[in-house]
Amino acid sequence: MNLLVCISRTPETTAKISFAENNTKFNSDGVNYIMNPYDEWYALVRAIELKEAVGGKVIAINVGGPENDIVIRKALAIGADEAVRVNGDPNSALFTATQIANYAKENACDIVFCGKETIDYNGSEVGAMVAELLDQPFISYASKMDVEGTKATVERDIEGGVEVVELDTPFVISAAKGLAEQRIPNMRGIMMAKRKPLAVVEATAVDAKNEIVSYTMPAGKSAVKLIDPENMDELVRLLHEEAKVI
Amino acid sequence: MSVLIFVESNKGKFKKSALEAVYYGAQIAKQKGSEAIALLCSPADNPAELGKYGASKVIHQNLESHTDNMVVADLIKQAADANGAEYVIMTNSSLGKSLAGRVAIKLDASLVSGATSLPESDSVSKKLFSGKAIASIKLTADKKVISVMGNSVIPEEIGSDAPVEAGSYTARTGRVTVKESKTSDGVVPLPEAELVVSAGRGMKGPENWGIIDEMAGILGATTACSRPVADTGWRPHHEHVGQTGVAIRPNLYIAIGISGAIQHLAGVNNSKTIVVINKDPEAPFFKAADYGVVGDLFDVVPRLNEAFRKFKQ
Ligand SMILES: Cc1cc2nc3c(=O)[nH]c(=O)nc-3n(C[C@H](O)[C@H](O)[C@H](O)COP(=O)(O)OP(=O)(O)OC[C@H]3O[C@@H](n4cnc5c(N)ncnc54)[C@H](O)[C@@H]3O)c2cc1C
Repeated sequence: MNLLVCISRTPETTAKISFAENNTKFNSDGVNYIMNPYDEWYALVRAIELKEAVGGKVIAINVGGPENDIVIRKALAIGADEAVRVNGDPNSALFTATQIANYAKENACDIVFCGKETIDYNGSEVGAMVAELLDQPFISYASKMDVEGTKATVERDIEGGVEVVELDTPFVISAAKGLAEQRIPNMRGIMMAKRKPLAVVEATAVDAKNEIVSYTMPAGKSAVKLIDPENMDELVRLLHEEAKVI
Repeated sequence: MSVLIFVESNKGKFKKSALEAVYYGAQIAKQKGSEAIALLCSPADNPAELGKYGASKVIHQNLESHTDNMVVADLIKQAADANGAEYVIMTNSSLGKSLAGRVAIKLDASLVSGATSLPESDSVSKKLFSGKAIASIKLTADKKVISVMGNSVIPEEIGSDAPVEAGSYTARTGRVTVKESKTSDGVVPLPEAELVVSAGRGMKGPENWGIIDEMAGILGATTACSRPVADTGWRPHHEHVGQTGVAIRPNLYIAIGISGAIQHLAGVNNSKTIVVINKDPEAPFFKAADYGVVGDLFDVVPRLNEAFRKFKQ
């Protein structure tokens, strides 16, 4: 099976967020970057497990500049067989999805994996767009997947429960918690990653359809009101009369 | 020109988020001097009701199942074309999110998912970095798709029952079949809950959850937990809130024995009111809280339950 895993690079979860150029650009000074956790922990690992079970290869794909290579090497160290970086600025979901779909089309991929969202732009947009560009089914928020031959059984998270669905390859899937267990790259993996192929191809141009006008920081919360632990009637009164939530 | 709103229903009823989407779409239609048309592809007891929230017409299309977003997206595209839709609006639900990207590609449209404000000169706000920043994004294409974050508008009754017409679009053959659907009946699912009682590692063990269930019972609240609590199997995985779990936006979030790590806050900081109960006055959660109680939860919670019970009588 040809398994394509979309890898994105995001600021670390605890990164301090600030903006530059009159609040129109993300300020990357001093920000540590990681592989998007959903891509790394769930999507990539499930693809590797599947390859280990049924054969084939796992290709990690990233859209971005050379600064992303370190994250791509990590994907190779965890167990992807080869990688491709589409050289370009991944400044919109549409741009990124177009590059990934182009690659998947040319390389006849059976399953395209992505994370349920990136932890920076929280868009959840790329997977659905790739699926549409490929005219393939899209299963979002997958928490379990079994594949036999060309038939897949997938459990996906829906509001207040799960749904079990069946479909044939090819398709696109977005990974949520539960799909796999995080794997830490070992020394052998890290050494092997250096020798695995990382192809770089140029991005195709895409007309932008969005424009970021500005970034702002949310208004801070006013200071917490501390309530005497002996006086819970007071808390209930405040919740009822002041906050009006009960 | 029109605004097309894709409306979800659940067991024949409209959730609050569905009415919000209709109201949101109706406000855009008002701005643009156009018409807000609701597209419904699932059973509903009273589709005409959408008129109260601003839909001027409801197209009720028959469709067996929503599971295959290829099929639903195709119906939305047909309805958008037939009605000359400039804006297509949907809820930022799990279905809405899987549809938004597809529909945007089909219509060659701009897309913002999870918008938190109405468009102003075609720009909307959206939270980024799990709520740590807000972007104002301009949708520059002729057609625009927006999925609306819950609680971004307060739907008001602004009209009366709308005419309902049967949809005459042809659904393409789907490729996904549902084998089973497991939803917990009775309790309100976390993403829609107005009241949430949540507990963390401070509870010491699953055997102590009685006081949490009791509070949830008195308030009619939904229970949630921090990630380590779900990871160690003290509580079911679907209760896990935060960046890697469910994101919620209730009116009231009561956090008990939870430290308030940034990844936890990412999923709960859109709550209207936050109450924190923690024995450590330095717990970071107090910085994000509206009301705080510094004390041992095993003393405080039973006392609070008593106070809630008195209030409810
Ligand atoms: C990439 C990433 C993603 C993550 N995603 C999530 C996520 O989605 N959700 C999430 O919750 N976490 C997430 N985490 C984990 C997060 O960083 C914290 O480790 C976690 O939230 C801590 O859970 P906790 O507050 O229950 O436990 P702890 O941090 O151990 O806090 C327990 C709290 O209970 C208090 N306490 C103890 N005993 C008592 C008592 N008797 N009375 C009152 N208070 C008491 C303590 O003072 C303490 O503040 C993530 C971490 C990473 C790295």
